[in-house]
Amino acid sequence: MIPAIIVFLYLATVLYIGIFAFRRSRADHEAEDYFLAGRSLGQVVFFLSLLGTNMTAFAILGSSGHAFANGIVTFGLMASSSALIIPLSLFFIGTRVWALGKRHGFMTSVQMFRDRWECSHIGTVIFLVQAALLVPYIIIGVMGGGTTLAAITGGRIPYWMGGALVALVIMSYVFFGGMRGTSWVNTFQTALFLIFGLVALVVIGTGIGGFRSVVESLESSPATKSLLTLERTSPLFFISYMFIPLSSIAFPHITIFCLTAKRMSQFKKTVLLYPICMVAIWLPAVFLGVAANKIADVPGIEQKLEARQRLAAEGPTLSAAERDDLRRKSAGDDVLLILLGAYAPAWLAGILAAGIMAVVMASDSQILALSTMFTEDIFAYYGGKEKFGEHLQVQTGRVFIILLTIAAYVIALRAPETIFSLAVQYAFSGYAALMPLLVAALFWRRSTKWGALAATLWVALAVIGVAIFQAAVPAPAPGQPAWSWSVAGVDVLSRTPGGTAVLGFMPVVPMVIVSVGLIITVSLVTKKPTEDTIARYFSVVRNAECGARNK
Amino acid sequence: MKKLLLSLAIIALVVLHQDFWNWRSARPFILGFLPIGLFYHACYTLSISVLMWIMIRHFWPSHLEEEIEMEDTPD
Repeated sequence: MIPAIIVFLYLATVLYIGIFAFRRSRADHEAEDYFLAGRSLGQVVFFLSLLGTNMTAFAILGSSGHAFANGIVTFGLMASSSALIIPLSLFFIGTRVWALGKRHGFMTSVQMFRDRWECSHIGTVIFLVQAALLVPYIIIGVMGGGTTLAAITGGRIPYWMGGALVALVIMSYVFFGGMRGTSWVNTFQTALFLIFGLVALVVIGTGIGGFRSVVESLESSPATKSLLTLERTSPLFFISYMFIPLSSIAFPHITIFCLTAKRMSQFKKTVLLYPICMVAIWLPAVFLGVAANKIADVPGIEQKLEARQRLAAEGPTLSAAERDDLRRKSAGDDVLLILLGAYAPAWLAGILAAGIMAVVMASDSQILALSTMFTEDIFAYYGGKEKFGEHLQVQTGRVFIILLTIAAYVIALRAPETIFSLAVQYAFSGYAALMPLLVAALFWRRSTKWGALAATLWVALAVIGVAIFQAAVPAPAPGQPAWSWSVAGVDVLSRTPGGTAVLGFMPVVPMVIVSVGLIITVSLVTKKPTEDTIARYFSVVRNAECGARNK
Repeated sequence: MKKLLLSLAIIALVVLHQDFWNWRSARPFILGFLPIGLFYHACYTLSISVLMWIMIRHFWPSHLEEEIEMEDTPD
């Protein structure tokens, strides 16, 4: 009961910070103040909030759950690839988005696209695709909240109630605090989960009598030896994962967050410290997830291992529904919580569980971003701001936050997928394939609105196609042959236990490549924007660069 | 020349991420418990900070901020 009390105290603190502690309002720029914190965030808040916003439920729950099933390869798949791609994206794209936002007053990427490519309804199409892809990501937070609270209270708070509580807390501080409240909450949360991993490692390590014996035991068993290597993933899948973090900068909440920095120099420490923080957070989470496979004397872990063994042994003879049920039971999203419950003293388990709550509640930024997009790209763009004023625009954004949170909660109750697969399959791949739009807008003068539209429609169709394919073809049991469509002996399209493969790669790879190809080819055969517009985006930069070279 | 070196450094890091030489190796265990593949990727991740430090020192797009400061400064 003590951990539950500490977690509730934590939720109350977060609510206080978000709603009251940093609530300010400037009547003259009400929308910019609410949605972008007046473009005035300082270095510490900017960095920690950005880091926390990028982490979400994946960093600790998803990563330890994935490592529980797949081994140490999880770190290479998700942490080290992100640690390279995300700082590079912030360095090259984030800084330029910040500068353009400051110069032209943009609050969303769609505003920039509309201006850069002189388009109207194409911007609306981009908005719709972005919004549709963001909702699954928001659902992760609600699902993580439900899972965490249920695990912390030993099931006394059921999944549906835990999800509802977390959704309510997030909705409240986003509703009242806007970007400023959300950023401060994220800063507080990130500080918590930065220390979470190391403390969990020490506590669990001490509890089980050290990790050396656990690792040697994993190595000695043929069933678990591969968890200590990279071989549970194919090399092509490993390469594919390099494409996933391309999504980060294209996610609207990250693009929008780039606009909140007071000065561009705040990006410097952010890109420098980002990889170091990735190690601090992910290394303990992944290692503990792997180690959990040999801590079978804890009842919760034992049940998961039994479900996994049954799935592997009887998989082909079971129905698709039975396989899905066993997959759910063997999913490791809550292994860290179970281990903490078994080995940490109650008060410490509570503090650490609050650290996990900090991670799963990172969906606040996505909710705020969708609200910003709706009010700026739709409400204001189609005349609402002019007609009803800025104050009503902000109130519309707040109502949107309530409706969105309720919708995410309802879907979270029905979604059968694990936290990890749901987000990767839909939101991440989609945004990774939308990232070329940002590159084209910022770095390629010849890019056009038609190229952008072609890529956006391709992303929407590809995501729908993958979803339909996976719904129509049930996932095979682990270790069993997958359904494949082959041409000349080459598996072109395969249904794997974890999702879909195209020529052995994850769908994100062809999605990004085709997206780039479409932007280039369609732009080259369509009319480019006027020289005036292009000059506003490129001439100043080019002149400055030439000037720097001539010095 | 500087841009070429930067491009090569980034490509090198992308290639070094695909550590097929550790694919089936669990040993040696660093500190007695950390599999070599996990240790390698932790070190790899920390090395990215070094690249970022170099990029900040030599490739920072300061002209973007200078433009805005110039526009904000009254004549």
